[in-house]
Amino acid sequence: MMAPFTDGSWVVAAFVGVGFGVALERAGLGSAPKLAGQFTLTDFTVFKVMFTAIITAMLGAFWASRLGVLDLARVYVPETFLAPQLIGGAVFGVGFALAGLCPGTSCVSAATGRGDGLAVVLGFFAGVLATGALLPRLLGFYQSTPRGTLLLPSVFGVQYGIVVLGVVTIALTGFYVAERVEQRAVRHRT
Amino acid sequence: MSTRSPAPYASPYAAGAGLGVVLFASYVLAGRGLGATGAFATLAANTVSIAAPASAQGNAYFAQRLADGGPFTDWLVVEVIGVIIGGFLSAALAGRLRLGIDRGPRLGALNRLAIAAAGGLVMGGGAVFARGCTSGQALTGGALLSVGSWLFVAGAFGAGFLTMLAVRRIWT
Repeated sequence: MMAPFTDGSWVVAAFVGVGFGVALERAGLGSAPKLAGQFTLTDFTVFKVMFTAIITAMLGAFWASRLGVLDLARVYVPETFLAPQLIGGAVFGVGFALAGLCPGTSCVSAATGRGDGLAVVLGFFAGVLATGALLPRLLGFYQSTPRGTLLLPSVFGVQYGIVVLGVVTIALTGFYVAERVEQRAVRHRT
Repeated sequence: MSTRSPAPYASPYAAGAGLGVVLFASYVLAGRGLGATGAFATLAANTVSIAAPASAQGNAYFAQRLADGGPFTDWLVVEVIGVIIGGFLSAALAGRLRLGIDRGPRLGALNRLAIAAAGGLVMGGGAVFARGCTSGQALTGGALLSVGSWLFVAGAFGAGFLTMLAVRRIWT
């Protein structure tokens, strides 16, 4: 039988969630000042964790698919809406720099006893609730520029593996630059 | 809560690789990736449904979340409860559980809480339009090479860096 195996049992959801929470906490991403350090260019933990996770999962999915053990067509890919996702992302980024936490990391921060994490959780819930309530009036923009399931390889007109190689190259280059910038920031302080 | 000094954090590359394995396992075992926003949207839809059932059903965004099931049968809600448990256990084992408010050196505790809540509120607005956040878009869709997910990453980090130029003093 070829994976994916289920469309998501609770047991899998619980295990995946626990693993997600442990990984974020181990990296220190339950601490808002550490995440904020990404935006002040003094601590690149967010970039390193995110891009290591992306290339690990991307390479896993790519090779499992090539070896015929994972049917990528049956793995859910979020649909693309060009303008709402770019603009929504930008709005999200403003809140991210203020909060120092994103929704997932705010749950870890709150779970480990931080009041600011709990404030982000409550604010985020209110934001989703209010925006959801107002959405019928903003439906035109919400549904604008739909592109369905759209992948980078088809936009660039190259094979899937070429984009995989490109993302790995960008990540490794980014890690090298991040280490250099962090060392310089430490020398600056001392 | 703990008297011993907290253990140092793991290497970001090791933690990131662990996170990537969890994400890949989720693709294989569940046919979907990670998320956080969807769980909040389901809870918001159920809250509205209890307070005003007709208006929840009349709102396409909430109605779709309600169709996915009740608040505790939604895959992402169970997953986020797992995140809370995992984060708590990991911090407990490392001696990092601590009641407090993490903030920049110049910022008072109450101001930090207000700014944190405001930041969360703004993120909520953005995440609804983006159809996800750093979990559901950047990590999950990013690793599957979704165009919209990478647009989200560009928008979020572009605006994050620009915003930090203006609000640097709350963190430094």
